[in-house]
Amino acid sequence: MRTPPATRPVRPPAFAANHAGRALGIVVLAYVVYAASQLGFTWKRFAIGLGEGAHLLANLFPPDFHRWQLLLQGVAESVQIAIIATVFGIILALPLGFLAARNLMPTWVSATTRLFIALCRSFHPVIVAILFVKAIGFGAAPGILALIVASIGFVSKLFAEAIEEISLKQVEAVRATGSGFLNMVLYGVLPQVNARFIGFSLYQLDSNVRNSTMVGIVGAGGIGGTLFTAFQRFDYEFVCALLLSIIALVMLAELFSQTLRRAFL
Amino acid sequence: MNDVVAGSGSALIVEGLRKEYVAGRPVLRGIDLAIAQHGLTAIIGPSGTGKSTLIRCINRLVEPSAGRLLFHGVDLASLDRRALRRARRRIGMVFQEYNLVERLTVMENVLSGRLGYVSPWKAWLRRYPPDDVELAFDLLDRVGLAAQYQQRADALSGGQRQRVGIARALMQRPELLLADEPTSSLDPRTAVEIMELIAGLGRELAIPVIVNIHNVELARRYADRVIGMKNGEIVFDGAPEALEEAQLKDIYGGEDWL
Repeated sequence: MRTPPATRPVRPPAFAANHAGRALGIVVLAYVVYAASQLGFTWKRFAIGLGEGAHLLANLFPPDFHRWQLLLQGVAESVQIAIIATVFGIILALPLGFLAARNLMPTWVSATTRLFIALCRSFHPVIVAILFVKAIGFGAAPGILALIVASIGFVSKLFAEAIEEISLKQVEAVRATGSGFLNMVLYGVLPQVNARFIGFSLYQLDSNVRNSTMVGIVGAGGIGGTLFTAFQRFDYEFVCALLLSIIALVMLAELFSQTLRRAFL
Repeated sequence: MNDVVAGSGSALIVEGLRKEYVAGRPVLRGIDLAIAQHGLTAIIGPSGTGKSTLIRCINRLVEPSAGRLLFHGVDLASLDRRALRRARRRIGMVFQEYNLVERLTVMENVLSGRLGYVSPWKAWLRRYPPDDVELAFDLLDRVGLAAQYQQRADALSGGQRQRVGIARALMQRPELLLADEPTSSLDPRTAVEIMELIAGLGRELAIPVIVNIHNVELARRYADRVIGMKNGEIVFDGAPEALEEAQLKDIYGGEDWL
């Protein structure tokens, strides 16, 4: 029964106002406006850009597939790089993820591992590819190594975080049976994180397919090199063919990973 | 009331058990207790009085701050990691929230009671000794879940999960069964069924059972001995028949709840 308005007691506000949040929002907005103004972005440039963009698009079509062997070779190499890098990457990421989990490992172990993982993640795969190309020469091998590093950086971190979120109750029960460390991991930890680990691995496969098309730009194999050369030669119709192939490749990889997801999860 | 029944007939002797989670604020203030080789002992008391801590100190899921825990003569509190694991194999535990591995099947959960005995390789491949598999089926029969052995644990109801928990604990062929509020998450009827199982199996296998319980009626009904705790100390120790209003008021405090 509601009290009539005249006699209703004065209540405090039902929800606390988030002053800190609002202040932060205003600061962020102000910074964005300021930063944008520093970038030299004018409407005139935009209009010119639109015109040039339309010109470029016109040059791209029709796509030129007559060098399809070269194209297919590049795509095949990219796929190889992606798959090999993903497989070895997740094989290495699995134990590293365990070592980085703060609820399983002593601090010195988890902290060191996390540092290593952060290092792996610091650089974009293309930069890592440049380093490997300098170290071991051109070809697919530096590309594979670069993407292994990228895979480790991504998957181990997420894997460690998944392990840190597990219910310790299940682990406690397994400990209470007198089991050793490995059995405890096998029955108490792994069943809780398996599904997420598969999810991360499939996501990394996707990511590696895309990255594998890029590392070629610096000579680390795959279709990226072909693409870059074509661009530099102003062979825009071939560029278009290559771009369409990359789109097709990424879409196929997406389909593949969806199928795997449905099979495993 | 706190007489220590010192005798070679005790399965477990607790001497001077103290536990402080925060220095200066002891949760257990010196517990002395002797558990006989048979029978069900119920520990009752208000929340936060250390019942769960006491039970978890026995298998050292919680590390005691001081005291001895003589389990068939061996002081559990002083064991190193490996010896502790071997000792834990002999003590089965049933948990309030079942603590099953949700994504594994009933059978895998029950057999996980043998993880103290099988190598990681065999455990990974699910290659348990045939005798153990036989015992697992027997126990599942006994708790009434034979038909569900292939179901995932998270597909079961609360009562069913607790039955799996009991079967898992008994897979260890334990010499002592601990139960930390096994019925607190269950409805009244299922709670009775679970206590029937725990008490019945304890009698059949002739092993001592120690149960933490909130429900005084269940304690009275199934226990051979009731221990009442208050503020980290034992304030009542006797037969369920001797547990009357006066004692309950002393243990739990308050006037109107009885």
